[in-house]
Amino acid sequence: MLSRTADNLYWLARYVERAENIARIVTVGNRMASMALSLGNPGNEWESTLIATGSEEGFFAKYEAATGPDVIHYLVRDRDNPSSILSCLETARRNARAVRTALTVDMWEALNGTWLKMYEAEEALSAPERLLDFLEWVKERSLLFSGAYNNTMLRDDAFHFTRVGTLMERADNTARILDVKYHVLLPGDEGVGGATDYYHWQAILRSVSALRSYFWVYNDRLKPWLVSELLMLRPEMPRSLVSCYDGIVRHLDALAESGGGQRGECHRIAGELYARLRYGRIQDIFEAGLHEFLTDFTERSALLGDEISSFYLI
Amino acid sequence: MRLIVRHRTTYSYASPVFAAIQTLRLTPRSYEALAVHRWSVRSDQRRPLPSFTDGFGNITHCHSVVQAHTEATIFVEGEVETTNTFGIVRGATEPLPPMFYLRRTPLTEADEAIQAMAGEIVSERSPLKRLHALLNLVRERVDYRIGATDPSTTAAQALAEGAGVCQDHAHLFIAAARHLGVPARYLGGYLWTGVESQDYQASHAWAEAFVPDLGWVGFDAANRICTTEAYIRTSIGLDYWSASPVRGVRRGAADETLAVRVQVEQAGQEQ
Amino acid sequence: MHYEIIRRWLDETPTTALSVKRREAEFLFRRTGVTFSVYAEGGDRERLIPFDIIPRVLDFAEWQQLSRGLKQRVRAINEFIRDVYHSRQILRAGHIPPELVLHNEAFCAEMQGFDPPQGVYVHIAGIDIVRTGPGGFVVLEDNCRTPSGVSYMLENREAMMRLFPDLFARHRIAPVSHYPEDLLDTLKSVAPPNCKSDPVVALLTPGSFNSAYYEHSFLADEMGVELVEGPDLFVDDNVVFTRTTKGPKRVDVIYRRIDDGYLDPLTFRPDSAIGTPGLFNAYRAGNLTLANGVGTGIADDKSIYPYVPRMIRFYLGEEPILENVQTWCCWDGDDLAYVLDRLPELVVKEARGSGGYGMLIGPQATKTELADFAARLRARPGDYIAQPTLALSTCPTLVDAGIAPRHVDLRPFVLSGGKEIRIVPGGLTRVALREGSLVVNSSQGGGTKDTWVLEG
Repeated sequence: MLSRTADNLYWLARYVERAENIARIVTVGNRMASMALSLGNPGNEWESTLIATGSEEGFFAKYEAATGPDVIHYLVRDRDNPSSILSCLETARRNARAVRTALTVDMWEALNGTWLKMYEAEEALSAPERLLDFLEWVKERSLLFSGAYNNTMLRDDAFHFTRVGTLMERADNTARILDVKYHVLLPGDEGVGGATDYYHWQAILRSVSALRSYFWVYNDRLKPWLVSELLMLRPEMPRSLVSCYDGIVRHLDALAESGGGQRGECHRIAGELYARLRYGRIQDIFEAGLHEFLTDFTERSALLGDEISSFYLI
Repeated sequence: MRLIVRHRTTYSYASPVFAAIQTLRLTPRSYEALAVHRWSVRSDQRRPLPSFTDGFGNITHCHSVVQAHTEATIFVEGEVETTNTFGIVRGATEPLPPMFYLRRTPLTEADEAIQAMAGEIVSERSPLKRLHALLNLVRERVDYRIGATDPSTTAAQALAEGAGVCQDHAHLFIAAARHLGVPARYLGGYLWTGVESQDYQASHAWAEAFVPDLGWVGFDAANRICTTEAYIRTSIGLDYWSASPVRGVRRGAADETLAVRVQVEQAGQEQ
Repeated sequence: MHYEIIRRWLDETPTTALSVKRREAEFLFRRTGVTFSVYAEGGDRERLIPFDIIPRVLDFAEWQQLSRGLKQRVRAINEFIRDVYHSRQILRAGHIPPELVLHNEAFCAEMQGFDPPQGVYVHIAGIDIVRTGPGGFVVLEDNCRTPSGVSYMLENREAMMRLFPDLFARHRIAPVSHYPEDLLDTLKSVAPPNCKSDPVVALLTPGSFNSAYYEHSFLADEMGVELVEGPDLFVDDNVVFTRTTKGPKRVDVIYRRIDDGYLDPLTFRPDSAIGTPGLFNAYRAGNLTLANGVGTGIADDKSIYPYVPRMIRFYLGEEPILENVQTWCCWDGDDLAYVLDRLPELVVKEARGSGGYGMLIGPQATKTELADFAARLRARPGDYIAQPTLALSTCPTLVDAGIAPRHVDLRPFVLSGGKEIRIVPGGLTRVALREGSLVVNSSQGGGTKDTWVLEG
């Protein structure tokens, strides 16, 4: 297939996934902020929301302080922010249009339908109480798209590139959400293990739809290392790093096979990262430092993105 | 006169260029005043260059490099036998009729100043005399000065500037001639100067005008003469734009350094 | 009378039901993204071309006549282009003023002496036709460069079949859906001489910001060929390749929807970012077919249009089956005098230009506009042609007030391959939605209709 088509599919999938992730993170940020207010301990929840979405640099270039309405506007609607939900959806639709012939009808209709409704939905946002409905809608549309492509695309290179895009974005997002714990301040009179700490961990799980799963898997109260293990190392958790990398490695392998066995640096990096997650132990990671592990992971994952690009997409 | 041409162009880039492609109009065709004995256009990159004849009748080579590179060299080498026909071009392939060469182009648009200049010579009686008068007038109005103009300079700009190179003289001559209803065209090629020539002078540009009863006649306004056995025609067009001896596009930003060496010598007197 | 079936259908269907169907159709188009972008509008919002659900009907006999006329015309046009880029017999014979061709911007000297594969220049022609009376069709304009609109023809039929399946069950309506297959056959039949295997075809688009992008993606999809943009291609040793995830892949035939000037920055406009450097060299070297060929604009230029009937006589030795609209060439002194005298009755068009912007419609013009145009005509007579305001036929159309007559034209698409010329029955019917308006361009408030050729 055309390199440009592959590139477009890869990014289109990433953008849809990113829109969904940001919707999830803003939902949780909103919840954490109102929780903190009701506990009488307003903290830096909005700032951590920015960090979790990787948007702090762009935001602070524009604003002095991270207030709720500003952060929400920046992450949801601001066209200056290429990763705001609406920017992502617009970019995804634009990419889709540029590779229409590579999309199934259902994929196109999912994306185009989102785009057609989007401006209406945006107008409704002028009423703050509609925010959660909107975020829910974004999540639904993304799930619709992923259902559409997972169930209608031929299992060929186009599918593999789309899937790699989704999984790369998802892994990035999970790593960043988990790392937020490192940045969020606990109220001065409260330590690790206090009520706020507890709610934070709960919010993290919620943001990846994993609160229920946690209890099913561990049958235990929330413990930081278990939450981390679930989101990083458990293969049965679909948004965990190891699940994502399992998929990335498989799809890159499939691409290599259909390309006559040609492999590049991207295959090696993906395999190495996967092995680390597959055979890693949470106690070792905690001993060496969770934040350090995640920082390194995010850097390598960015490198992998570059290598995929130069091997297949340019 | 037997002339030997050696022309080498080396492109060097500060950082690798991923792809480069060029159209080369650097090959003369035989006609009454010139017979080509041997001629080759080659590159230091792997293979022989494919060629075809373009719409103006120019033999055109295409040079493409599709992998990253920091240097590429093109070699032109050949030998021709020429005679002096006092500028008259006979026996050449003419795919397009003279009337076509009345067409206006952005580089040869006659503005008011050019129209006025053309007006100064209409009193000359014969068409040939008019063109000779124009030849001198162009050179009088535009001093030969390197660096005053660039390849995108129009005839009107060169006249306003009062300075330029052979390309500008040719453009101005063409613009005025066409304004007077005389078909005129742009020629690119090589020039034997007789002295140990400086490189830029051996690659030359001039004009041809269509004179009733004579046909196409070469006019070199830069040197105030009709063309002689020292001229080798390699590209014909409406203006520099359509007759550029070398036109290229490259992918990948880079500072380009160009090293050109052109030698035109008389056979038997090579140095 | 063939319109009988439409009348009966309209009689038995309440207007409100039609309105509901119209909204349904709009929803269908929106969802599949059958839209066009208007350059002037900002942002990424797209517009639908209004679709009228009342079909336009042609009976079989008149279609056959029309179709023979179209084939004849396209054959002559192709001969003309070949001649113009070779020995120019028609100019020597004095049938067309030579300067009209040689000084025309659409005359592309780069094509001189070149023989395109199978001698075909105009593989896809869109000929704009109007009906001026019973059985009388005249040609309004030839489109020989990159005519668009065929996707609307196909989508309109698709929509009608979904909305009114019973109508199609009751009448024998000639199908159109095989157009993409015919197009692919046509393109493969003109593979370049150096192509030794099954030709690889691609559709070259300027990109998703182009107003006809939907059509490009639609056709590529329907033909099952790669939709490429300039930067997806590269040329090496005068051979064209696409960049794919598995390395370079050779391309033999390009159905290009990019204008000549932007095709190849190495040969044409150097500032073109949508083209591919070297494409034209590959074409001239015999390693590539471009469809349509380069330089075909010389045949559809408005200043050349008046001479098409002469071309038919000159090259084919036949009488034209389809007539031109009577046209006065303002570069001719007598014609100019006539035009200036009768300006309020005439339509004046720029000899160059498209989209219906630079025109004067005499009967609708104000005094100032008339004076203004008269001045322009005197200043640059060579730039204008004039035609009578036509008594264009109308077609019943669903408008806000109900069903009313509106002016229509027809653009059939003529495919010329190595061996045969084919036309899908019908074409794109465009309708001027404003009452009394004669302008059917989609950029100026025109809409489209499904076009039926009734078989028996």
